[in-house]
Amino acid sequence: MTGSTTSGRPGSPAELAVRLRATGYLPDDGLATAAFLALRMDRPLFCEGEPGTGKTALAQAMAQVLDAPLIRLQCHEGIDASQALYDWDFPRQLLHLRALEAAAGASAEKLDADVVEASLYDPRFLIARPVLKALQTSPSVLLVDEVDRADDEFEAFLLEVLTEHAVSIPEVGEIRAKTPPLVVLTSNRTRDVHDALKRRCLYLWLDHPDLTREIAILRSRLPGVPERLAGQVAAAVRRMRELELLKPPGVAESLDWARALQLLGADELDVASAAASLGAVLKYREDADRVRAQLDTLLI
Amino acid sequence: MVTDPLPGLVGFAAALRHAGLAVTTDRVAAFLTALDELDVTSRTATYWAGRLTLCSDPDDLARYDMAFPAWFGPDRSPRGTPVRDQRRPPPSRLASLTSGEDGDESDGPDGPDEPRLRVSASAREVLRHRDLGELSPAEREHLRALLALLRVGLPTRASRRRHPTRRGPADPERTLRAALRNHGELRELRHTGPSRRPRRVALLIDVSGSMAPYADTLVRFAHVLVRRGAGAVEVFTIGTRLTRITRELRHRDPELALAAAGRAIPDWSGGTRLGDVLGAFVERWGRRGVARRAVVVVFSDGWERGEPDELAVQMSRLRRLAHRVIWVNPHAGKEGYAPVQGGIVAVLPYLDQLLAGHSLATLERLVEAMTR
Repeated sequence: MTGSTTSGRPGSPAELAVRLRATGYLPDDGLATAAFLALRMDRPLFCEGEPGTGKTALAQAMAQVLDAPLIRLQCHEGIDASQALYDWDFPRQLLHLRALEAAAGASAEKLDADVVEASLYDPRFLIARPVLKALQTSPSVLLVDEVDRADDEFEAFLLEVLTEHAVSIPEVGEIRAKTPPLVVLTSNRTRDVHDALKRRCLYLWLDHPDLTREIAILRSRLPGVPERLAGQVAAAVRRMRELELLKPPGVAESLDWARALQLLGADELDVASAAASLGAVLKYREDADRVRAQLDTLLI
Repeated sequence: MVTDPLPGLVGFAAALRHAGLAVTTDRVAAFLTALDELDVTSRTATYWAGRLTLCSDPDDLARYDMAFPAWFGPDRSPRGTPVRDQRRPPPSRLASLTSGEDGDESDGPDGPDEPRLRVSASAREVLRHRDLGELSPAEREHLRALLALLRVGLPTRASRRRHPTRRGPADPERTLRAALRNHGELRELRHTGPSRRPRRVALLIDVSGSMAPYADTLVRFAHVLVRRGAGAVEVFTIGTRLTRITRELRHRDPELALAAAGRAIPDWSGGTRLGDVLGAFVERWGRRGVARRAVVVVFSDGWERGEPDELAVQMSRLRRLAHRVIWVNPHAGKEGYAPVQGGIVAVLPYLDQLLAGHSLATLERLVEAMTR
């Protein structure tokens, strides 16, 4: 499904848009410009928007375009440097120590404490967590997902790494990225991310796509779905978004829905098939009740 | 015509700053760098370069979209993604009034009114119980000083983060790390235990006409909480619409913070549509996280112009999200008060507590209730 990806950096937003389209991700002007600038200016891209508008998918598509691995860091409360950056492999270090002792005991050789200690902090005992891995792998795409879930202290730490593109480990020294990774941060706005972090990023607000783009997304992601069905699904989802539901469906939901309908063998969206597969789009009982009551008007 | 675009672009950044965006020098630099990579003569490229570098919040986008055509002339070609933020754009007076003092990170001078504190304890005690709506200007001044001294312990919740402790479950990592320091010899067990974090607090202050005598003091009270809350406290005003004033209230100087908040609130002393506005709060902020497991305090007298049914629906949604819902009604402390207004009756089943809020003493009680 992917076109041939010519690796190397794109020369203009338009070129990047074409290459993103080849991966099955359909960007609009702003998005292509944002991603292009992020690459050119070596700035992280800070994405906000309703759930299901393609924030994470953007990082995946960019990874395909750049032919680089996608390294994902899922943030959560209490995340700290040892989970994001690096950690020492304590059990292996301990084993190594015991092995040294045993070897020294057998050969009756005297061990030099400093040498032993230095050998403990060898890079082979270093466990690279996502951020370090992204710095070591060039090129790479680092996705810092749901950064608003992490604590403020973690933000400050991220800030340091993202601006320097380097990490210094006391026992090993500085590890610097050959080419800075493309960093994509996403946030669901459960809290305000600190201005200092945002200031170093490009700010991209992602919105639900318009009707034609949504149909195009459905068609490119699910090639087996007939055009008529894709159009009906996109139009129905669009009307649902105007209903002020508890959880308006995103693109992810319309994709799920179209896939569900396809699996059910429906060629077009009618009241019966829609009612049967409503669980794929609406995740609240109240929403489902409301929509079911007016299904016929939604499926014009 | 275009010889050097730089003054025009920097002027645009200044115009945005006047419109209330936090445009700093490094952001302007980023804007220019971005344009360097793109085509300066293209309207779309300029639009996106600015939007990506100078905005940092969905609230900024609406202002940006207004300022852009105002500066560069009206658009003649269709544009990309419109923002799905359907709020009305901020009132124009916001743009004209927000001038010099918009740097919310700069520390304003701390101006405590010390002479005012030299008032006898009994006068203070009387003032603590006076109705906030009936204060004389001098008493109001004194009350401000007292508010600044309010002892605020904010609520906390159990955190997922664990902290080193003296006893409790073993902490293998730290134990091993300590052992490594002794060349692999285990000397002592390290322990870990749960820690606590500030719980989110959301204050919703009714600024409609019937609440006007209290609104000023309540916003000041909110300012005290925001300053102590270290990012855990969010403040909104409710009237005919929802306005978030947390950012404005972060300013250290209460007077500047109040002035900024006053400019941000478009519906002082207007009507109330409690149900709709609470709905907007739950939709736009509450569900995203502001109200989740939070202590939500609504300051309102419950005079509802809209449908009480709608209010009940929204309160039940809020109830399901929040840890505690406290309703503070300034009129509840008056003699002969009975919760009979349409709004209050509708929300009563969803409240954890209904408190009075007409005096400083009752606000102190509120602080206690929040931490419980």
